[in-house]
Amino acid sequence: MKPEYLFYLLIFPGLLFTGTLGLVVGWVDRKVSARFQFRVGPPFLQNFNDFFKLLGKETILVKDGIHSLFVAAPFIAFAMLTLVSAMVGVALFFHIGFGADILVIMYLLMIYSIMVILGGASTGNVYSSLGAGREIKLLLADELVFILVCLVPIVKSGYALNLEAILAFQAADGSFIGSVSGVIAFIMGILCIQAKMTLPPFHIPEAETELVEGPLMEYSGPPLAFWKLNHMMMYVTFPFLLILLFLGGFSFTGLGLLWSVLNYLLIIVVMIIIKNTNPRVRIDTALNFFWKYAAPISFAALILAVLGV
Amino acid sequence: MGWYNKRLAKSIWVFHMSASPCNNCDIEILDLLTPKYDLERLGIKLVGSVRHADVILLSGVINNKVAPIVKKIYEQAAKPCFVVGVGACPASGCCFKESHNVDHKREETIPIDLYIPGCPPQPEAMIEGVAKLMGVLNA
Repeated sequence: MKPEYLFYLLIFPGLLFTGTLGLVVGWVDRKVSARFQFRVGPPFLQNFNDFFKLLGKETILVKDGIHSLFVAAPFIAFAMLTLVSAMVGVALFFHIGFGADILVIMYLLMIYSIMVILGGASTGNVYSSLGAGREIKLLLADELVFILVCLVPIVKSGYALNLEAILAFQAADGSFIGSVSGVIAFIMGILCIQAKMTLPPFHIPEAETELVEGPLMEYSGPPLAFWKLNHMMMYVTFPFLLILLFLGGFSFTGLGLLWSVLNYLLIIVVMIIIKNTNPRVRIDTALNFFWKYAAPISFAALILAVLGV
Repeated sequence: MGWYNKRLAKSIWVFHMSASPCNNCDIEILDLLTPKYDLERLGIKLVGSVRHADVILLSGVINNKVAPIVKKIYEQAAKPCFVVGVGACPASGCCFKESHNVDHKREETIPIDLYIPGCPPQPEAMIEGVAKLMGVLNA
């Protein structure tokens, strides 16, 4: 292993960078949501304060739960997200491979969902188990669309699976968002991210008002801090993945830098607008939406991509 | 622990516990989270699970039926956790003082750190109470 790999993983596109940017973007989310409701919103360092406060609280282990799984789940999920953001970030910022392709990223993101399910189910709490069950159904709903969306750039780049090859193809041939199939897949990708991050209207597993945060209900102290951090980190990982797959990555020269930041902010703001203007849907509505409408549309995009449109 | 207490003071997550109230204080507590008062600007967030809570907002006179439940919920909270008694009921019993179903001492059920008197207290009074708690933590 080369020494710079550790740097990638722990500092720049990995742990430190994604964590810090995630907490900042989490503040953007809370602030914009507050402005939507004509509130003032939290101060800038709010998420940092929340995180450090939770680190110092007591961790309560449930008597009937499986303690090892309960404690390990948030940290394994954190490791998976760090790995994914390092892989995506290295391809985006340094244009080199980090020993992973897009299939690995799909698997790692699925492990994250499985950790939510295991962590919720390991407590033995009824609400947590219900939340874990709903997470399974949501995973079943959005996974097919996510795979189809990820297949579109693969097909369009001449069946390249490596992230840096997809980026290089877009640099030479124009971003995939410029084609019909690219636009459709990009829109479906945003909806899919909404479900993967369990944001409204797809916050079915963590429904605060009916399941009291579902799988996270029994968590307290540092494990809860890491669940919250994971959720904020996804605000970085998923938009970066979309930018990599469809918008042709970042550029760092002149106006290109401004354009890159605008791309990122645009995706975030679209997600926040969807989040704030939609109520929670039922689980059958979500399944209907993804299987009856989103999956055929994504499949159509895939066929268009194969035809070269 | 000065540094940690400052973080705690800036990020107080409250859990709302109704211990047989007349529902009056509860409505006033919900007022706190509306756009007019917006406690999120002070870092205060309403959470649904007591495991996440730093402050328990307790409203109502604790009658015999809910007393064991209140005790259990307080024991389930992750410490450090403060208890704020909202309204006249936790402080003095208000008009339910001599009720047939309140025959225990409130201090034996749950240790209350801060009282916000009033029947119901105004949202401004509650904000002042929470600000005093923050002042204690920041000191």
